[in-house]
Amino acid sequence: MNSGSHYDVAIIGAGLSGLAAGIRLAHFGKRVCIFERHNAVGGLNGFYSLGGRKYDVGLHAVTNFVPPGVKGTPLGKILRQLRIDRDEFDLCPQKGSRVAFGPKGERVLRFANDFALLEAEVASRFPGEAEGFRKIAALVRETPLSGGPAGASARAFLRESIKDPVLEDMLLCPLMFYGSAREDDMDLGQFSIMFRALYLEGFARPLDGVRVMMRVLLEKYREAGGERRMKCGVRRILAREGRADALVLDSGEEISASFVLSSIGSAETAALMGDRPAASRTLGYVETISVLDRPPSALGWGDDTIVFFNDSERFTYRNPTGQVDVRSGIICFPNNFEYGAGRGLKEGFFRVTCLANYESWAALPDEEYRRAKERWFGEIQDSARRFLPDLDPGDALARATIATDMFTPTTVEKFTGHFRGAIYGAPDKNPGGRTALSNLFLCGTDQGMLGIVGSMLSGISMANQHVLQAAPPAA
Amino acid sequence: MTNEECKKAVLDIIADIAPDEDLTNVKPDVRLRDQLQLDSMDFLDIVMELRKRHGIEVPEADYMRLASLDSCAEYLTPKFNALAAKS
Repeated sequence: MNSGSHYDVAIIGAGLSGLAAGIRLAHFGKRVCIFERHNAVGGLNGFYSLGGRKYDVGLHAVTNFVPPGVKGTPLGKILRQLRIDRDEFDLCPQKGSRVAFGPKGERVLRFANDFALLEAEVASRFPGEAEGFRKIAALVRETPLSGGPAGASARAFLRESIKDPVLEDMLLCPLMFYGSAREDDMDLGQFSIMFRALYLEGFARPLDGVRVMMRVLLEKYREAGGERRMKCGVRRILAREGRADALVLDSGEEISASFVLSSIGSAETAALMGDRPAASRTLGYVETISVLDRPPSALGWGDDTIVFFNDSERFTYRNPTGQVDVRSGIICFPNNFEYGAGRGLKEGFFRVTCLANYESWAALPDEEYRRAKERWFGEIQDSARRFLPDLDPGDALARATIATDMFTPTTVEKFTGHFRGAIYGAPDKNPGGRTALSNLFLCGTDQGMLGIVGSMLSGISMANQHVLQAAPPAA
Repeated sequence: MTNEECKKAVLDIIADIAPDEDLTNVKPDVRLRDQLQLDSMDFLDIVMELRKRHGIEVPEADYMRLASLDSCAEYLTPKFNALAAKS
């Protein structure tokens, strides 16, 4: 074999988990190459340019934010493991978020980066549930950062401590929207990870968005000597005797590696081995983005960072039967973070995200797809605006809007390669990362850790466990 | 290499992997874990940095010998010196 085409480790996908794994491996002297089909890094957390503006794909907020000095948390771990100074990420804390339920959002739970606020909100709005809520938080604090064993129901766990189904739904709504790949309920392990990430820790954002973090990761990876091939995906994994023997690249070239880490998803990886796994019930999203000529607060919308809304009696987290479920969703104002004196986004941003049905979007011919986007853009924003202060005059949003964009599950699938545009991956996670092939491991969404920090931690822990701590191959 | 130089080499590694820890008053006879917030991932990094920077191998069975600075020095100084003698 040509030694030029052999690597210690080949990584499929240049998203956050693949880059984080690559940094660890290259730092410790492994010859690593990351293969990325797209022309840009980032994967599900990438960014794109349109009309002279840069937009983040996935990022509403970086979860798992803790202030400097708080140790033993996922953020602290990734900074140490990747030798990143926390200032490099420019993480600016949120102003404050809320869960708003009811036809006009009259039932509210506010939360921010200080857990005491959520405790006080539960105590004042759900008298009698404060003790139970404290018990839930205490149990989550004792759970390992990796979430603990899989299989148990988060709803059953919540019902042991709290009685009001509205509180149960209000607590679950943000956690599901920000990371559940499962309908209706959450796996208890995933619940613990998300409860910690959103409530015990919190939200932050770099002023210039996720690309700030991407730049830091790319620079570390390059400095450590890692190689990267863009617009060069992996087309096939050739297996022999239970091992990934070679990778066939999109160019037709074949390379080999002692270890392969795949960040592209479980079913997506199986497909590279020629398997056709049954489509699982993954969840898709649509998002509308409006660029405004002023900050949302100047429009009269206040200082909310994120609003999780639901207009119905119970919160339904399911694949919609129609194209979009506008009853519930997420409003994000990237302007409303504490960027510091004299710093801020030059334009206003108003983003709304709702659950969407992949099949009903994928089936549309071009012209109908375009019309469906137009129609749903209005419906999604109208639905979300019920949970925000009324604007005066009524057409103030339209007048302030200078650009718009929208993505659907098919957009996500097209640009990230994740089947059905599933941003949180398959419902069943694989925390060990092992596959049918002894030297092929998963990292990223389907390994089970979620969010910006979680995906980096996934890449790090899989690289540590399966490569850096692996017994040297028998001579 | 002296025991003190060896402790310094270990502290240099810890300073790089855990820059948020205050290392000015680390007591050599107290377990590192008991005075610094270091988890298993950090200890793995100490082992790997020893290999990367100094070519010293610490087999998993010996990880507990890195518990304190004193025990590090006792265990690692002969290894440093054996390597120096070879080169």
